Amino acid sequence: MMKVTQRLLGPVTLLLLALTFWMGLWVTPPDKVQGNLVRLLYVHPPIAWVALYVSFGTATIASCLYLWRRTRSDAMDRIAHCAMEISVVFIVLTLVTGSIWGRPTWGVWWAWDARLTSTAILGVFALAYLALRRANDDPTVRARRSAVFAILTAINVPIIHFSVVWWKTLHQGASVLTSTGQLNVHGSMLWTMLIGFVGFTLLFFWLLRERYRLEVSRDARVRTRVDEALATRRSEGA
Amino acid sequence: MLSRGFPLLSGVDLEVQRATLTVVTGPNGAGKTSLLRLLGGLDPLHSGDGVVAGVDLRDGDRRLLRRRVGWLGHEGSFYADLSVRENLVFAARALERPVGEVDGALSRVGLEHRSHTTTKQLSAGQRRRLGLAWLLVRRPELWLLDEPYASLDDAGREFFDGLLGEVLAGGATVVVSAHDPLRAANLVARTVRMVGGRVSA
Amino acid sequence: MIRVAWLVAVKDLRIEARSRVLLWQVLPFGVIALLLAGLALGPAQAGTSSAGPGLFYLVTLFVTLLMINRSQSLENAPGTRASVATLGLDPAGVFLGKALALTVELWVSGLVLLGGSVLLLHTALTGTLEALPSILVTLATLASAGTLYGALTQGGDGPATLLPVLTLPAFAPLLIAGERSFSAALHGGALWEWWVVVVVALVAYCAVGILLYGVLEES
Repeated sequence: MMKVTQRLLGPVTLLLLALTFWMGLWVTPPDKVQGNLVRLLYVHPPIAWVALYVSFGTATIASCLYLWRRTRSDAMDRIAHCAMEISVVFIVLTLVTGSIWGRPTWGVWWAWDARLTSTAILGVFALAYLALRRANDDPTVRARRSAVFAILTAINVPIIHFSVVWWKTLHQGASVLTSTGQLNVHGSMLWTMLIGFVGFTLLFFWLLRERYRLEVSRDARVRTRVDEALATRRSEGA
Repeated sequence: MLSRGFPLLSGVDLEVQRATLTVVTGPNGAGKTSLLRLLGGLDPLHSGDGVVAGVDLRDGDRRLLRRRVGWLGHEGSFYADLSVRENLVFAARALERPVGEVDGALSRVGLEHRSHTTTKQLSAGQRRRLGLAWLLVRRPELWLLDEPYASLDDAGREFFDGLLGEVLAGGATVVVSAHDPLRAANLVARTVRMVGGRVSA
Repeated sequence: MIRVAWLVAVKDLRIEARSRVLLWQVLPFGVIALLLAGLALGPAQAGTSSAGPGLFYLVTLFVTLLMINRSQSLENAPGTRASVATLGLDPAGVFLGKALALTVELWVSGLVLLGGSVLLLHTALTGTLEALPSILVTLATLASAGTLYGALTQGGDGPATLLPVLTLPAFAPLLIAGERSFSAALHGGALWEWWVVVVVALVAYCAVGILLYGVLEES
């Protein structure tokens, strides 16, 4: 059963994403006000959902499980690492799709919109996580430090969100993106969006699994190298 | 154990009896310091097993072990901007020992006239003596001394040999690393020779 | 825990009082940075600008980064970490002590930089005094966050360059909150939201520090 679901993950993901694109581009109608731009609705929110909730959530949970003695394992560290790496990709996609969407309404590629700004700050957090991993060679040290950093990041998510929202709203009126919440979303549009959410979430888990496998084989390679080094060290002593 | 993916020690099998003096010798880079750090719980054990003073080196609470260990590194190992006395008072307070013991320890190692000197102004030999005073304040169960004779003068070596005898008589365990065979050969229970990260004899 | 915290804080502050790194290296840098900020604004802006609070916090961030590295490097002298490790100090106490010492150091630098901002950038004195409580709490939050992130970077590659990457995203909301409440004290406006941000962050960092500093020390 497990094997079948495992094998189906890739094809189902591709199928759902293809369906999202087909429905988003051909089946659903353009919006009265936003025109064809409204089609970003099927891509941007699901990508942002994966970037900010699914991948950060996965990384945080895996980091907590790593720090908790009973569930500590290299697997948890690897999952956190891979999830954070994927989150960088999705955050960049979120920012790009967000800017494309915002450009006609704002007139500029970058507006000091609350969500855009806090997403960018979270992106820096994800990059900093990867930088921290690169700076430490010892696997145990690296795993512990990255886990603590991931937890600190998770704590920062609400703090950043509220401070940026207040920074913005106490300055001027509500941001542009909140007005998209009033869009008339119904019928084929709702379905397309729903399929998009499921599709992109599955895409995350598919990427996570593949990235995880890559990391396992990389670690195995490092281990053979260590064994070789051990053998050399032994022969030195003999 | 590993450093940057390179194994420092391998195939080390060592048993140390309580209240004895063990000497670890070997050329530079043989892994003497690494072995001592491992024994003191200062570095984690990545593979293999080890128990020191009842604490498992792999997944025991190494902080408990470290509290019972006295470490004398081959560098000066104190806060350079604090005075000699302040360093010792800090150690005494941290271990909840009476601060009065500090002055006794200072006069024993012959640093009483230096007690208000900033540590970074001390000579290498004086810093060594400060290290010994630090251990006297600590009175640990396991003494790990990395090249203890380095930069000590004759009087200092004499004093150190006397101290070793006293410590052993008091029931503490001592592990010393050294290039040369120990001067106080009569105290040595066992000599371990290390080459290339493993015990060769 | 409190005993160890006090011991560590007194030790760190005593070392600072001896070495005077804050006084002779960091503060001159901070004042020069404020002066340059005034020059960057241009002659028309420098004296009349409402940029005072923002520039004060920007310079404070630079000073904080330097002081975090200084605070962590006290144990970096060869062998010191090993010797101190054998004292088996309670890590929660070490965290609180280091954070407390760093807080005091940042308060000193904050007062000097506020004086500089009043003098050089013509920030209103009464408003500045009104903003003082919020500034002191923000600096304490920066110090507790900085102690954690500082411990994360030690011993790895390039700690001094890694630190800004790790801390600046976390400092962003504190910078916003600090600047906004300072501006509110000067020009009027909402205040309580900024207290929420800063105090919640302070409590969160202290909680994580007390719980997890041992994990970082072990590495």
